[in-house]
Amino acid sequence: MDAPSIHGRLKDRFGEKIVAFQAEALQPWAVVAPDVIAEVAVFAKSDAALAFDNLLCLSAVDYPKEDPPRMEVVYHLFSYEHRHKFVLKVHLPREGAHVPTVEGTWAVANWHEREAYDLFGIVFDGHSDLRRILLPDDWVGHPLRKDWVDPDFYNGMHVKPTPQMAERAMAGEKIGVGPFDFTPPNRHVDE
Amino acid sequence: MPMTEMGGLIQNRFADNLAFTTVDNVVNWARKSSLWPMTFGLACCAIEMMATGGTRYDWNRFGMIPRGTPRQSDLMIVAGTVTLKMATRLKRLYEQMPEPKYVISMGSCANNGGPYWKHGYHVLKGVDEVVPVDVYVPGCPPRPEALLYGVMKLQEKIQEDRVLRRRGETLGSLAGASMAPEASK
Repeated sequence: MDAPSIHGRLKDRFGEKIVAFQAEALQPWAVVAPDVIAEVAVFAKSDAALAFDNLLCLSAVDYPKEDPPRMEVVYHLFSYEHRHKFVLKVHLPREGAHVPTVEGTWAVANWHEREAYDLFGIVFDGHSDLRRILLPDDWVGHPLRKDWVDPDFYNGMHVKPTPQMAERAMAGEKIGVGPFDFTPPNRHVDE
Repeated sequence: MPMTEMGGLIQNRFADNLAFTTVDNVVNWARKSSLWPMTFGLACCAIEMMATGGTRYDWNRFGMIPRGTPRQSDLMIVAGTVTLKMATRLKRLYEQMPEPKYVISMGSCANNGGPYWKHGYHVLKGVDEVVPVDVYVPGCPPRPEALLYGVMKLQEKIQEDRVLRRRGETLGSLAGASMAPEASK
């Protein structure tokens, strides 16, 4: 099934909730209203004509300069049965973004959504275990947001190199052993 | 060849000998000849480190046997990008190693953050910010020859060590301190 007919099938089922469609792109995509993305996911997987049994990738993008500024969650779908691909997008506000999880449809979304939460701060409603997956548990902030500013320190270690460190590095000298004022979290003691 | 035959070959071939040397010499020789590194591969440098351990470069000839635990290791080769999350673990593993312990910082990332110096919110700017480093091996990644050269530099450093004094105070620095005129004041 080609992209316009996939879009037509989704449009027939969800009507105005399929907000936009771009067939000319390398990977044709449709924009879905955030409140129905879970239903669209269930339909896209269970419908015999679509049969999107594989979520290739779930990613997030930050567009602070768009009007209005927005975040996007992008779902790349693939069907092993029909060998066709399609892309779904969801537009979210940049502040307090949240969207229903599709974990119940494609189990692989569990880790992908945790990653999007970790790096962008997007909350996936109904997720079974929404916590950081890459960064340490005590990390503050979501670094792939465009408004991210490096903190000076994380647990006593430099996140941003100081000019003095740069001078010493350019002179080929040791940066120097910093303050040992952090203790790694010991899970065996804490729990 | 079985050990008994080998014993037979060299048995009674040599006259009884007496060798004089210093404690430092013997202990340092033993230490530098059996550096057991902890397998600490973090990124692409680890591939070069594995190549160094392979048959072509073969660090076994230095008496280096990679260990899977810090408790049995003398040397930590930090091979690769140290993220801030890993740095906390790296520090703990270093603390678990028994003395005497040595650190080789392998590659640009471990030396000073490398390509993540400016734009890496997640990378430690040099592993010497959390553990003291003995030898820095530059390169991205360093070739096995470079790592072996770093190991040989470390062996030179160990050979100069003083066993009965605190580590780091070599004879040279002590002699210089005692001979300096202001030292007696």
